[in-house]
Amino acid sequence: MTTKIRELLAKHGALPVSVETLADTTDLYEAGLSSFASVQLMLALEDAFDVEFPETLLNRKSFASIAAIRDALASLTEEAVA
Amino acid sequence: MQTSLLDRLFDAGLLIDTGVDGLYGRSGAFEDVIQRFEGLISAFGSSSPSEVIRFPPGMNRSHFEGSGYMKSFPQLAGTVHSFCGCELDHVNLLQCMAEGNDWTKDQKATDIVLTPAACYPLYPTIAKRGPLPAGGGLFDLQSYCFRHEPSKDPARMQLFRMREYVRMGTPEEVMAFRQQWMERGQELIAAVELPVEIDVANDPFFGRAGKMLANNQRDQALKFELLIPVTSTAKKTACLSFNYHQDHFGKTWGLTTADGAVAHTACVGFGLERIALALFAHHGLDTADWPSTVRKALWG
Ligand SMILES: [Zn+2]
Repeated sequence: MTTKIRELLAKHGALPVSVETLADTTDLYEAGLSSFASVQLMLALEDAFDVEFPETLLNRKSFASIAAIRDALASLTEEAVA
Repeated sequence: MQTSLLDRLFDAGLLIDTGVDGLYGRSGAFEDVIQRFEGLISAFGSSSPSEVIRFPPGMNRSHFEGSGYMKSFPQLAGTVHSFCGCELDHVNLLQCMAEGNDWTKDQKATDIVLTPAACYPLYPTIAKRGPLPAGGGLFDLQSYCFRHEPSKDPARMQLFRMREYVRMGTPEEVMAFRQQWMERGQELIAAVELPVEIDVANDPFFGRAGKMLANNQRDQALKFELLIPVTSTAKKTACLSFNYHQDHFGKTWGLTTADGAVAHTACVGFGLERIALALFAHHGLDTADWPSTVRKALWG
């Protein structure tokens, strides 16, 4: 799951730094994730994992780090966090 | 049944029905209130020197496209389209109209889009001048703005005026400006004896992605509104807004400070018709009957 998240982050995050340089817990907003890019990322994640984020998860916190995204997705899928 | 505020405004002749919800004529008395209130805004704003710029209610389409407005509010935008055909097309157009069919589908987009917020034409204009001077910039704007949201609520017009002060500079400069206007705004509204309440707010972003943008905006406290009950005490009307855009417009337009950093921007917007409506709703439809203290604040 983390690999896929990193892949989508690289593609949709429009980050000024390489995703490889980011730890799972790095604050993505500090790393340059814009509000618009986080929305693009959210839509790409929904598509890739075939889930729909409920309104309660559509906030900055859910997309604040790779680990946070993994937790948000894990809460939506039965699949154990790999 | 109680007559709605809109009907009372029509009956009093303050607003004039055009047959389209949210598109109204204004009487001399209504305009006088707007003009006097703008005078009061200018008096409060005069302690900081600003550059006055008045744009017409239409903006350069390429500037509109570059602003990213369609990413956030596609449902509110209004574009200007015109007939661009030949004589034969004209004949077909008239025939189509005579038959009562949709003649607008062949209209072509012009280079003009209706201004969605008074400050939108400003950012590319100022960016074109080059880096901001030391200390940044402060601008005084007013424009009719268009938002496609037909409604019977007189506080939700489709064409309305927005007065704005816009600050460009370092994050510290623009945050200080916003803080100052949040205080001034409350004093201003208190001076005309209207109830004041300030709350964190979000823009009406479109769709599910918009829900996330709205939540982000609230989480970061980027937008505050000054609310006044106009048509309902339960659902108050936002009459002023205090917006911190961070480096959004700075990045979008390559707007930089004197030392080359990406400029941050903030604006305070006054919904002039909404404020006039609040005054009429609270103090009565005849300005002669308004409290003498309110009259003094506005007419001196
Ligand atoms: Zn503005």
